Formats: sequence, C-alpha cells, structure tokens
Amino acid sequence: MSSEDNNWVPISNRPEWSDVTPVAQNDGPNPVVPIAYSQEFAEIMGYFRAVYLSGERSLRVLELTAEAIGINPGNYTVWQFRRVILEAMNADLHKELDFVEQLANKNSKNYQLWHHRRWVAAKLGTAAVDGELEFTKRIFSNDAKHYHAWSHRQWVLLNLGGWEGELAYCNQLLADDIFNNSAWNQRYFVVTKHPGCVETSLDSEVEYAIQSILLKPENESPWRYLRGLYKNNIKSFVANPTVPKLCLTVLISRVSLMFALGLLLDLISNGLTPNKDLSNAIEAVVPESIVGQDSDVLVKICSTLEIIDPMRANYWRFRKNNLYAQAAAGVANINIH
Amino acid sequence: MESSSSAADGWKPTISQEDQWTLESQVFHIYRMLCDIPPKSQAAMLELQRDSHVEYLEKGLRHLGPSFSVLDANRPWICYWILHSIALLGESVDVALENNVIDFISRCQDQHGGYGGGPGQMPHLATTYAAVNTLITLGGNKSLKSINRGKIYSFLRRMKHTSGGFSMHEGGEIDVRACYTAISVASVLSIIDEELVRGVGDYIVSCQTYEGGIAGEPGSEAHGGYTFCGLATMILINAVNHLDLASLTDWLVFRQGVEGGFQGRTNKLVDGCYSFWQGGAAALLQRLHAPAPAGSISSDLSDDGGSPDQEEGSEKHSDDEVSIPIRRHTETEPLFQSQALQQYILLCSQVEGGFRDKPGKSRDHYHTCYCLSGLAVAQYSWSNDADSVPLPGSVLGPYSNLLEPVNPLYNIVVDQYNEAHEFFSNAPALKHE
Repeated sequence: MSSEDNNWVPISNRPEWSDVTPVAQNDGPNPVVPIAYSQEFAEIMGYFRAVYLSGERSLRVLELTAEAIGINPGNYTVWQFRRVILEAMNADLHKELDFVEQLANKNSKNYQLWHHRRWVAAKLGTAAVDGELEFTKRIFSNDAKHYHAWSHRQWVLLNLGGWEGELAYCNQLLADDIFNNSAWNQRYFVVTKHPGCVETSLDSEVEYAIQSILLKPENESPWRYLRGLYKNNIKSFVANPTVPKLCLTVLISRVSLMFALGLLLDLISNGLTPNKDLSNAIEAVVPESIVGQDSDVLVKICSTLEIIDPMRANYWRFRKNNLYAQAAAGVANINIH
Repeated sequence: MESSSSAADGWKPTISQEDQWTLESQVFHIYRMLCDIPPKSQAAMLELQRDSHVEYLEKGLRHLGPSFSVLDANRPWICYWILHSIALLGESVDVALENNVIDFISRCQDQHGGYGGGPGQMPHLATTYAAVNTLITLGGNKSLKSINRGKIYSFLRRMKHTSGGFSMHEGGEIDVRACYTAISVASVLSIIDEELVRGVGDYIVSCQTYEGGIAGEPGSEAHGGYTFCGLATMILINAVNHLDLASLTDWLVFRQGVEGGFQGRTNKLVDGCYSFWQGGAAALLQRLHAPAPAGSISSDLSDDGGSPDQEEGSEKHSDDEVSIPIRRHTETEPLFQSQALQQYILLCSQVEGGFRDKPGKSRDHYHTCYCLSGLAVAQYSWSNDADSVPLPGSVLGPYSNLLEPVNPLYNIVVDQYNEAHEFFSNAPALKHE
C-alpha cells in the first residue's frame, strides 16, 4: 500500500493499528525550515515514531517501514530500524533485494538504498554474486557512470567474487563510450585488485591505453590511466620507449597537444632524454612568441602550455616555478651510471 | 583492441560527447549573449542579485512545500545551506528567527550526543556537521553554548570504525565524507584527539586514486566532493604530506572545463556545486603550495604536529591542534582560472533568487550554498591572507558582488569561525570517562 495511490487507507482507519497512538514530531512552537507534510506523510511518520520509541519488531512494523521509506527514501533512521527488524524476524532477504530494486527504479541516487543493498548482499553471501552483478549492470544500462552502483559493484567483487567477466565488461563499456571514466577506473580496479589476474599484463594494458589515446587523443581518461599504470614506478615509465613514441605521434598530429606536453613534462623532469625527432616535434608546437627563447626544454614546454591551455595558465606557471623541486625529486629516481 | 568507429559505421559521438556538447552550446549561447549587449547591460547580467537571493533564502527558513518531504531527514542541512548563504551575502536574520533556529537545532540533538536530520531521528555525522556549522554561523554566546561538546565527542567515538574511518550513523555507511564531517566537527569544537584521528590518514590515503583525486571509498572513482573532504581532513589532522599532492593538484586543475565551472569527475558535466568542492580544494592546495623563499624547495607541512615557529605568522593553537603555517600578507595567484569560475557561477548558475547546477536545472538551497561558497573562494583567491581585502580586479562584475571571506577547511564565514575558535579553544577540556 503506497501513499501515492488513491486507495491509500489512513493508518488510523486500519483496525490492525488501532492499539497504537501516533507520536507527534517534536518541532517545537516555532520550527524553522518547516515542511508542509501531506496528511499521509504526517500520519505514516507519526505511527513510525510510535513504534520506533516502543521498539516493536513485527511484520506490521516491517510493512510500515516500507511505507515510510516509500515517502522519504532518505530517512536513514527508518532504514536502520528496518534492518533491526529484518534481523529480529529472520526475514527472507531475497524479497528485500526486490524491494530495493523497485525503489532504485524510481530514484537510485540515494545513499541509504545502496548501503541497505550492501547489507543484504553481505548477509546473503556468495550466493548473491550473480544477482548483484546483474543488478548493477541494469543500473549502468541507464547511467553508465552511476557512482553508488560502481562502489557497490566493487564491493561485491572484493567480498563475494565474480571477477571472471569483469575485464570483458570494461571492454564492452569502453567500446560503447571510450570517454566513460568510470569504466576506466573499473579497469584499473580489476587490473590491480583481481587476485591472480591473468587476462592482462602491464605491457598489454599500456598498449590498450595507447591505442585508446590514438583513437581519441582529446580523451583525458586513457592518459591518466597510462600514468596510473606506472604509479610509484616512474623509473620504468621513463624507460618505456612506447610512451615518448606516443607523445611524438600526438604532437605531430597537432590534436590535443596539452596532454602530450603535460606527460612529456613529467617524463623529462624524471630523466627522459628526448631523441631528435621528439625534440623537433616539441619545437614545432612552441608558439611564435616564445620560439627562439634560449631556455631549457622543460621551461619551454611550460611556457607553451601557458599559451595553448589558458584555463590552466596559472598551473603551468606554478609548474615552471617549481621545476627545480620536481627535478630534484626526479633525479633521486634515476640510477646515475 | 577493436576500433569503436570504422568507416562502415560512420562516425558517431559517444553519449559523453553528446552530453558535453549539448551543455557547451547552452553555456556558450549565454556567454555570447553577454558579448553582444552594451556594457551597462553586461554589468547588470554580471551583478549578484543579492536581494532576490536573500528573499529566496529567508523564505525557505520560514516555510517549505510538501516536495521537501524527501529532505525530512536533512533539515539541519537546509538550515546550514540557507544561513551560510545569508552570511556569505553579509546579511543576518533577525534575533527571533535566530532563536528559533537555535531551539530547533537543539531539538535535533540526540540525548546521547550528535544531531539527527530532525527531531526524534538517530544522530548522523553529516547532520551533526550541518548543525554545528549552523550554530557557529549564527554565532553569539547562546548559539555556541547550546553545543554539548562532551556528548558530541562520545558520539564521534561511537562512530569510529576499526578501519580508521567513521560510520555515518549507527549501522551506517563508511566513507571519506564521514571522515570529514567527524574531523571537521571535532576540530572546530576543539575536541579532536588521538583516538579520533587514529587511522584516518591511512584510510584517506587509500582512497586517493591513480588519477590523483580522492574517492569515497578505496577503489572508487576520483570525485570532487570526496576530494575536498579527503584533502580538508588530511590538513586538519596534519597528515597532508602523505597524499600525493602533485598528482592531486594535476587532477584538480583539469576538472575546470571550457565552461569555466568545475566538473566532479573526468569526462562528466560541469556543476555549480563543484565551484566549492573543487574550488575550495584548490584554495587549500594553494595555501599548501605557498611560494617558498628564493632558492629553497617549496615549504611543506611537517608530520609531527608542525612547529609553530617554523613559518612567520603561523596560527598557534593548543598542543593537540594543527598548526597550519600560513604565509601572511602574500599575494599569490589562484591555481585555477578564477574569473572563468566566477563567470560560470554568475551567468549560468545564478537565477532570480538562488542558484542551480547548470542551465536547465532548477535552483535549490544546496546549490545556492555551494555556488556562493565557490564564488567567495574565487573572489579571495588572489590572497592567502583572510584579512586582506580583494582588489577590484579579483571580483567579476560590480565590486558590490564581493562576498564575505570563507574558511575553506570548514566552509564557515571567517568572522564567525574566528569567534567560534576563540570560544571553543578557551572552553574547558573534556573529561573522558
């Protein structure tokens, strides 16, 4: 029974509730931010307060919490009380999954709903794996970047398993939309957290990122992903020849220079020596106004970025002023022969 | 890898691209309009409509329609969003209304400590944060005295989780937001201690992603809201150097798009509220990166509680508290493009009475709060010193657009924060059972 349909029976008219007196809200004589509750809302919450205070755990209270959640899914007190009752009554948690999904179909952007789902799934254990992965997939079919759903999916994988199809799922999402940063983040998650992941390796992930960049160099996601692969391993990053080669290709194409230059800034700061082709390609994109300035390549890159990426001019200036600090840190990362 | 577009398919934008281009065309339509009108009309378009905002805000304090039922568990938040906005605008409410707020908030208090979303609701970290910030924003003895620090402390201890993080409420979710709301409250009330802080730093570090931003939980996507929460918390517990600040900064500056506003995540759409979450985080980073004396590596905060005499003009707090070296009277430049952000806020988010996410969305009190907070941060972004008054060049539109300065760690107006800081650091130490 929902308060939204015309057949809603006021609780005060329901014989099974005749023994309970609703409790008024203690708003005081001059409440602020007072909400003009509908009669249904006020009544449902009045009865909820009564049983919450009395601590009753029963089927009728369970149903009442469903009504209360229906009119305000953000009421975490009601959700918490519902969990207490579900436990006390040893309720069928599979039905609970349906309950949550129905709510999610109306509005899935709600912390409480997802926290509850996680609690239910934890109780059901590994038996719930497939259902949870399918559920989140349904959410993603409507919104492939749904934050809560991705957190839930990660929790399921870490705690209940089901990794086998995950990298393939990431591939599919990225084929649908290569700009989907949530899918890139999930990819990173699989590659780093899947115990004994054999489907891929550092080299193949680097290749995947590079190919994605070449498809759409203006896409920030794979650039960050590529850097992320070498997090805490800058030495290997600098030593990998495919990376400057990528930068060279992008610089020559003249599309989306800022990511390529930004990456070169980091690589050269950490010891990369650009070869002749790369040095020429960098020179070629330096704007007229600063060409011929006799400064080192790092300064030249920063100055170039100040001009071609004006939204971040201050940031590039900040980088330029801190090159020594970066280089000092970078030198420490390199073996001096 | 399979190519997602081949000659046979024809070229088709992805959903991310489509959404982005739709928004860009709406935003640039507005900006082009600004270019095409005479200077007097331009000034009018860029003007902060103070009166209409105050009217919208005060109305909300007095009455909210039935559609607000879905915020029935968030009423201290509504108080904070409204009162903080009014304070930013340099206004205040009448004494009677102030007293009503103090009374109402105290009815949201749980007998064992902490504030819930409304009278009779379980205490919750977020609503506790909102309630405390509301009372501090009102200021004055009555308001500040109404806060029971001892009970709040015991609530915070109950919410502490073995992972080092905090649960939002009993049986509630654990995430970076919970850490921030807990630590912010503990810090501002001068009740922060080793028990509360233990493990928080490690938890937040585990939430910094490969992109550089911070996620809500370990493994999740880097996100503006959680980045603000994580960064502010790390500063408050004096552990900020455990984060990779270079990659955080790099991620952050790339969240400002061609529209001038900030997006919350890579390849997502700009939203006015990130003016504060991302802009505020940038302001915090700016103070950390404050230019070093010539010849030395940029100044860092030390890990061992900070030495108060290290930096000229650092704020001295009691032993348990953070000493944040702040360079006084320095001019600096914002890490982000402040004028562009102000332009987005004033032209795309501002409406007649309130602010919204983006063109096409409706105004609400949350966006009003965070757009104004972001606007204040942007206006003051050329200085690291809260006392200095921004030059006219810092303020987009008429100089009368200038808001009150805000403390970006807590998002409380500076004067009110200072009063509370004075009040609570002089308050008696808590006796722990």
